[in-house]
Amino acid sequence: MSEAPKDRPQIHIDGLGVRYGEFVALSGISLDVVEGEFVCLIGPSGCGKTTLLNAIAGFVAATEGVLKVDDRPVSGPGPDRGMVFQEYGLFPWFTVKQNVQYGPRLKGVRGAALRALSDRYLGLVQLRDFGDRYPNQLSGGMRQRVAIARALANQPSILLLDEPFGALDAMTRDLLQDELVKIWEAERRTCVFVTHSIAEAVYLADRIVVMGTRPGQIRDVIRNAMPRPRDRASDKFFDVYRAADGVLRNVISQAALHEAEN
Amino acid sequence: MRQRTDVDMRERGVRRRDAIGAIVLTSRQRSGLALASIVGLLSLWWILTATGLMNTVLLPSPVDVVKSLAQASLDGSLARNVAVSLLRVVEGFVIALVLAVPMGILMGSSAVARGLVEPVIELLRPIPPIAVIPLVILWFGIDELSKVVVIAYGAFFPILINTTAGFEEVDRTHVRAAQTLGAQRLHIFRDVILRSAFPFIVVGARLGMSMAFIVLVAAELIASSAGLGYLINDARYNFRTDQIFLGIACIGVLGFLLNKGLVEIESRLLKWKQTTH
Repeated sequence: MSEAPKDRPQIHIDGLGVRYGEFVALSGISLDVVEGEFVCLIGPSGCGKTTLLNAIAGFVAATEGVLKVDDRPVSGPGPDRGMVFQEYGLFPWFTVKQNVQYGPRLKGVRGAALRALSDRYLGLVQLRDFGDRYPNQLSGGMRQRVAIARALANQPSILLLDEPFGALDAMTRDLLQDELVKIWEAERRTCVFVTHSIAEAVYLADRIVVMGTRPGQIRDVIRNAMPRPRDRASDKFFDVYRAADGVLRNVISQAALHEAEN
Repeated sequence: MRQRTDVDMRERGVRRRDAIGAIVLTSRQRSGLALASIVGLLSLWWILTATGLMNTVLLPSPVDVVKSLAQASLDGSLARNVAVSLLRVVEGFVIALVLAVPMGILMGSSAVARGLVEPVIELLRPIPPIAVIPLVILWFGIDELSKVVVIAYGAFFPILINTTAGFEEVDRTHVRAAQTLGAQRLHIFRDVILRSAFPFIVVGARLGMSMAFIVLVAAELIASSAGLGYLINDARYNFRTDQIFLGIACIGVLGFLLNKGLVEIESRLLKWKQTTH
């Protein structure tokens, strides 16, 4: 098997549309994400950013266009695309360890190998001592760290994150962003991260995809080549922030105008 | 600024209050009140009978009830009647559980099965199971079988309805999470759907047990030759109100213990629901 070229698009989206009956959720989406890239989707509510993520995950079927992951058309959810949900993603009836071991166990991993996996990934999110707790006994931030560990322990080639830190307080959020960057640098998975926080997108992403409403579409893609770890108070950070903010403001005022017209 | 803790408040003589402003008691204060209320009731009972304010043929004195407890314990009749009742309730309950849980699972996971069965269930459900006792006696005879059948019938509905309801509480995010981890339909059924419905099945079982117990007593009062209901009814023919009181008290204690046991099992099975840190 020949080595894959470095910039091979791992997610290939061309002219993607999703409609529910009359309602057009997404239209004319074209986006390529290369292996190991970190992409953030950002936009006002109703722009279809979660729908786009769900389409990549295979929960939502495309009604037009092409959506391929690793050169195969997406036809449903699969373990090659791990996902971290905003809330309630963990199985409350399983312990932390059982949650993390769930995917590998389905693949037939048992015994010492299974324990090694859960130890490694719980260690990565600094929760190795909490393996026997139940999710209900953990704080929101700890739960999301377990959810990240669970998704990674299943060794997906792509990690999809749907506003994973949206329900957390600002300080926990910053802390988890730091941890996620460290994990991403260590594991180098392709990440698609949905957020409604510009600062979060600027801190995390290689590219920020700004989406607009009516119908959900891509308005702009902002490259962010800042080296990591990024300084949230640096001038460069604010430059990228302003660029994203400018596009987003435009999108939101247009959406507001639409509302007023209707 | 320093936070006011419970200890601070107690030192300053400030009483803890709940959301609506009522004073919160310590657990010692609460047990003290509970003891006072029970001792008070027993004293009132004793005074009413000892002073002759109440006719002791209708309201036996507590001493007489204790005496009849001693007698029934010594001659073994109490243990025999308790054993007969307990066996009936457990048999009926287990039969109901074995029938209702799979049926509830079937109804919960198949819209067709649910559409077929639900109208019948809704038709039968409002009928108190006690109303069918005479019919069950005609069909199954006056022996053990008819009691077990009617108890199973009574316990069946709460278990079935709760099991079915549990399937409506499955969180789509849990199903999706399992799918992204590689779960197939059978895995999702076993690890997500059944697990989500399980707390409801457990609650249904507890409600079913309460109903089984009510039906048991009714069936034994109507027709039986042993059991706690029989003990009460037999005492009525002999005008032994002390034995009636004994029977009622035994039913109360037995019901309390059965419920307590099930609550204990419930909290063990559903340990993951507790949110304490």
